[in-house]
Amino acid sequence: MSNTTTAHHDDHHGEHPTGLARWVFSTNHKEIGTLYLVFSLAMFLVGGAMALVIRAELFAPGLQLVNPEFFNQMTTMHALVMIFGAVMPAFVGLANWMVPMMIGAPDMALPRMNNWSFWILPFAFTMLLATLFMPSGAPAAGWTLYPPLSLQGGNSLAFVILAIHLMGISSIMGAINIIATILNMRAPGMTLLRMPLFVWTWLITAFLLIAVMPVLAGAVTMLLTDRFFGTSFFNAAGGGDPVLYQHIFWFFGHPEVYILILPAFGIVSEIIPTFSRKPLFGYTSMVYATASIAFLSFIVWAHHMFTVGMPLGAMLFFMYATMVIAVPTGVKIFNWIATMWRGSMTFETPMLFALGFVVLFTIGGLSGVMLAIVPANFQYHDTYFVVAHFHYVLVTGAVFAIMAAVYYWLPKWTGHMYDEKLGKIHFWWSTIWVNVLFFPQHYLGLAGMPRRIPDYAVQFTEFNMISSIGGFMYGFGQLLFVYIIWKCVRGGEKATAQVWEGARGLEWTVPSPAPLHTFDTPPLVEDNVAVHRDRLT
Amino acid sequence: MERNANLTGESKMKRTNEMIVAVAVLAVIVVITWGVFAVGDNMPRGVTQYSQDVYQLHNIVLGMVTVIGILVFTAMFTSIVLHRRSKGYQAAKFSHSTRAEIIWTSIPVLILVVMAVPATRVLIDMENTGGAEMNIKITGYQWLWKYEYIEDDISFFSALDRESNRARQLGSGINPRDVENYLLEVDNRLVVPTNTRIRFLLTADDVIHSWWVPELGWKRDAIPGMVNEAWTLIEEEGVFRGQCAELCGADHGFMPIVVEAVSPEAFRAWVSEQRQGLAEAAHDNARLWTREELMDRGHNVYQAQCASCHQGDGSGLEPAFPALVRDGAPTGDLETHLYTVLNGRDGTAMAGFRDRLQPEDIAAALTYARNAWSEDAGEVVQPSSIGSPDRG
Repeated sequence: MSNTTTAHHDDHHGEHPTGLARWVFSTNHKEIGTLYLVFSLAMFLVGGAMALVIRAELFAPGLQLVNPEFFNQMTTMHALVMIFGAVMPAFVGLANWMVPMMIGAPDMALPRMNNWSFWILPFAFTMLLATLFMPSGAPAAGWTLYPPLSLQGGNSLAFVILAIHLMGISSIMGAINIIATILNMRAPGMTLLRMPLFVWTWLITAFLLIAVMPVLAGAVTMLLTDRFFGTSFFNAAGGGDPVLYQHIFWFFGHPEVYILILPAFGIVSEIIPTFSRKPLFGYTSMVYATASIAFLSFIVWAHHMFTVGMPLGAMLFFMYATMVIAVPTGVKIFNWIATMWRGSMTFETPMLFALGFVVLFTIGGLSGVMLAIVPANFQYHDTYFVVAHFHYVLVTGAVFAIMAAVYYWLPKWTGHMYDEKLGKIHFWWSTIWVNVLFFPQHYLGLAGMPRRIPDYAVQFTEFNMISSIGGFMYGFGQLLFVYIIWKCVRGGEKATAQVWEGARGLEWTVPSPAPLHTFDTPPLVEDNVAVHRDRLT
Repeated sequence: MERNANLTGESKMKRTNEMIVAVAVLAVIVVITWGVFAVGDNMPRGVTQYSQDVYQLHNIVLGMVTVIGILVFTAMFTSIVLHRRSKGYQAAKFSHSTRAEIIWTSIPVLILVVMAVPATRVLIDMENTGGAEMNIKITGYQWLWKYEYIEDDISFFSALDRESNRARQLGSGINPRDVENYLLEVDNRLVVPTNTRIRFLLTADDVIHSWWVPELGWKRDAIPGMVNEAWTLIEEEGVFRGQCAELCGADHGFMPIVVEAVSPEAFRAWVSEQRQGLAEAAHDNARLWTREELMDRGHNVYQAQCASCHQGDGSGLEPAFPALVRDGAPTGDLETHLYTVLNGRDGTAMAGFRDRLQPEDIAAALTYARNAWSEDAGEVVQPSSIGSPDRG
């Protein structure tokens, strides 16, 4: 992607491989960041194509296009590809590009490991996607791989599990690298409480990753031995417990949800002050709120499984703990609005996506509060209401934030301004159709449509049709995003170093495009104003 | 903005301006919200005290989060309308307010407490499964339900009805709109008495299922090797439909639940009718069946139990679901076939049908599967050779 952008900037580090070798052997945080982002975009399109298969089949009642087994493979693979292939690598790519530049470091702390972290991923996803072409088919038990159902599949399960292990290794190495970079390589004067919020949210996210990826690895390894080596961890007939898997899985799964959203909080916390021309409101409370959300994420896992039959006391505990999350999350939303309040706002594409994030993520958060209410959860659980909820937080939450970040930093990466008019069209097109896609799913869930079904009773037809139309319009609209990036990489109006009038922070002090090597000599950070503009902390 | 006005006057004007815009924004958002609620569906009120409690709880919480959302968005859009550079608005400099932060931390806590109190009360009520007047055991299978009336010693399977099943095949050419209660009808309904406290014991035979009838107000997972409890007390007669809610394999979308609530008197009559039917069936087991009888019954059993994987013509969906017939002959010998049908095959989706089906159904399905698409295989399996399902 940024072949043209960085090629002529390797001025002072002697010979640099060119062509394919440049990317395969790169240890440069910017090049690896680009690799992550391009990979993530490719996976976003692959996972999106799978979603369109799902929405096409659900356009009308009856089975028209695919058989139920393949439908289940699509729902399973769509989730795995989007979570592990699109959203997580996108955030790691953004961290690679921006964290060193935001803290005034010359590169990531562990550049060779950085290369390895990325280059594992194409192999992991080749293996995962190859299961689609294996005799026993891709996994079809849902991305949660609940046993005993997941153990009924064929030998392709082994490939899925190995792929998940590789993704886990990649994520853990990436997380170690980010923590090592942030804790050791900050420029003089860049104290922890002067760090930009994006750096803070990534630091906390990295700890979450290290804590829970091994838990996922443990869970799927137990699946592997149950399936192939005769153990009975999750087989009641052999003394095991199928519900144990769900507890272990969601002990990973809930922090994972915050791994997918905390960096998004960081991005939005960068963008809103820039385009409001006003410091972020309540910087320290934002940091503390992020940390509390991360802590709470470890003690709410069972709210994903209220219907498995838990003791009353356990259900009450998980209900209350889950509701508490609304408090720090609310603080964040209020702080963003207070940042805008009496600012001097302009509405370039990154700001539009950030504002779209605040509104639509809030809707997803509010339906999350509803889901926490256990007696009502007995109705909502495993219905389209849940599907609507988590797509509001993941698509209009995480994905919108990633798009906001791409528009925000693209001029810094490429040295060119993107096409503002097309960017705005992309935003409005996406925002309208994503709501047409997901909002009716709330109604479907409340009316009684379970999730993960390939066919439905005829009373659900209208809202499914509307949702499918929204899905296709939103999905094909993303090709515009690809075109805008392509166009920006190829050329455009020259970007200044500052790019945005209201932008503050070290990344805006280096030229655009950012040279391959930045901050070989660390900058001196004199006060908060240079970084997050908050004069008082 | 007038740069010359004195500071207090200017800030007062700002305030008034903000109030006016806020009211207008609020009106717009309220109208949009009203529209969103007007076009949508809501949760059914249901036919039990519990479902109505849940319905009420849902509406209370939905109302609260809606109001919160409206207020948050009003503040945000008021700011978006007013505080923009294109109107020459100069950015303020503030970046903290301890008072504001305390307010918007503590008010949500209070709101959550208000939500938690009724939620706790309703949950405690749901979890109290004592005082049952009758017990029904529900077992989930791929992909049908088994119901056992513990006190009345009745048990039967309940699967997707034939018409829906025909219409839902890929490329069936049947319009689902022409099928009554498409995907929400079964061959044998769960008949229960009204105004009777019924305890359900839920488990599963193969994978995890989840038993859900929205009108009763809850769903509960049916897990192999575990027994879950739930209860209901239905106040109105009627037919209430639901579906399996936990992904359980290829035909997860095709295992509906139909509860028929009748008066206690009608229920007693239904029970004695069922028991008589059972006695006749036991007698039927022992006699010799003709090939035509077996083929006839076998066709129905095969379509209901086997066709979703092995396909209506026995061609299967290789490799997950093997073909039963190849080149006009059954793909394996009868003995292995019978053994597989009775006991299932480990590590595959093939379940054992020993406890699922009556001997005459197993015999009929086998006879059908070995003869329907084969030239003159001539193998006939008699119910008496299968043995009683209770023998285990």
